[in-house]
Amino acid sequence: MTLELSNDKCSVAPYLSVPNEGAPALIGTLCGVCDEVLLGVRVACGNCGNRKNLKAVKLSEKGKLYAFSVVYRSFPGVKTPFVSAIVDLEGGGTLKGTLRNVEQDPHSLAQGMPVDVVFEEIDQKDNKGRPCTGYFFEPADQDQRG
Amino acid sequence: MTNVVIVGTDMIKFGRFPDRSIEALGAEAALMALDDCGLSIHDMDAMYCGNLMYAPHMIGQRIMKEIGQTGIPVMNVTNACATGAAAIREAWIGIKAGVYDTVLCVGVEKMPKGLLDPGGEDDGIQREGILGSGLMPCVFAEAGMEHSLKYGTSFEQFAGISVKNHHHSTMNPKAMYQIETPLEMVMEAEMISYPNTKLMCSVNVDGSAAAVLMSEDKAREMGLLNRAVRIKASSLSSDPYSQRNHALSDWNSVTRLCARQAYEQAGCKPEDIDLIELHDCFATAEMLHYENLGLCEDGQAGRLVDEGETTLGGRIPVNVSGGLLSKGHPIGATGIANVVEIVTHLRDEAGERQVKDARLGLTHVVGAGAACAIHILERIE
Ligand SMILES: [Zn+2]
Repeated sequence: MTLELSNDKCSVAPYLSVPNEGAPALIGTLCGVCDEVLLGVRVACGNCGNRKNLKAVKLSEKGKLYAFSVVYRSFPGVKTPFVSAIVDLEGGGTLKGTLRNVEQDPHSLAQGMPVDVVFEEIDQKDNKGRPCTGYFFEPADQDQRG
Repeated sequence: MTNVVIVGTDMIKFGRFPDRSIEALGAEAALMALDDCGLSIHDMDAMYCGNLMYAPHMIGQRIMKEIGQTGIPVMNVTNACATGAAAIREAWIGIKAGVYDTVLCVGVEKMPKGLLDPGGEDDGIQREGILGSGLMPCVFAEAGMEHSLKYGTSFEQFAGISVKNHHHSTMNPKAMYQIETPLEMVMEAEMISYPNTKLMCSVNVDGSAAAVLMSEDKAREMGLLNRAVRIKASSLSSDPYSQRNHALSDWNSVTRLCARQAYEQAGCKPEDIDLIELHDCFATAEMLHYENLGLCEDGQAGRLVDEGETTLGGRIPVNVSGGLLSKGHPIGATGIANVVEIVTHLRDEAGERQVKDARLGLTHVVGAGAACAIHILERIE
């Protein structure tokens, strides 16, 4: 597993692999010394400083809501309200992102709520004119989870 | 190593000064601090200037051009919201090391209005709203929600902190605002990022504050010890690794690490402290720091608010100045302004808002990124 960046597309985050061919993927680094999973490709482990036993891994696209806020005021042009969410991924790694397809009501959201990570081209182009691939959180598809 | 004392300190009334230059604001506080101890710029061996927004522009030297270009070493310090406290700490290190006897610290800021841009990629993509919100009201809301989801801390309890700090500032003529904000008013104010309403966000203001630090021996020699306050601890930390740190700013580990070192250095416990000025950049932040600074067991912070323990007259008054929520938060000046407040109480000169028999006070700031700085100050008997 490696982090790939297409020449024709840009990525919304340094840990989001956007290859020329195939699906985007969340990339992390597994430390062989302390077993921590870190976001993105790392030259050293942020937890223990180890530089040798590091392995790039694909992170899960399923996780659980850990914390959130409903954002009502943002920069001009940014549509509000939206839910800013912190999600713990299955198997390690924690991501921040926007949680969609939920009620914008803090009382209807619960810690531990299962969510999926979905990839999507966002409605913006970078300053080289390239489309940008992003990711969002959505409530997990209960049927598929069984 | 010598003890370090603060011999002079003062701040301007925080506000908005569109017609004044940043160096004029800095110079005013610097001269006030010098006057507070009866010294002149010629008595200073070095100067540390804390400023964030104009960091590349040699604000320290520009202030010296206003108050006297004596040619002493000037260092410009920046460390996010821990900037002013970092300037104090650098001066403390210089005096501890024996390089300087007397150092002037100035913190000054002219703030842009509204939401601060946290910076980031410059590829033309607006990530705000896509990757959640990177704006400070949300970042601190998420940290507050972590506490709320774990311990059941309520919106009302968070709002209570803002009620308290606004109440305190009615007794502080140097605060930006002197208005009472009842609970309903705080809770019904515009919601910025749940649970932080507009009245639960610190005020972006302009301001400056300054302090003159001196070795204790020199202060004794100059007859300046009677109004001096001793720095019992100066502690600075960066954020140690924590699992969610890349996604969720962790203000807890960085403060706990810094606090442990500060209490150890001062040889005291949280229960020995008489008053605290802590980093209430948002109401949610103050809640977390009650536990981070050891004022109560984990999960008990909401109870401290309910029982008024951190209100003036309570067991451990917090942000009697009005805090960042009502006194205002001119970033580079904030860390020195909270030193000004503690010194004022330890000198028994705080008037209406005086914490009775204050002997030990603690200042705390955190900077996003992250940094935490804590100073423990002691009245000299
Ligand atoms: Zn490691």
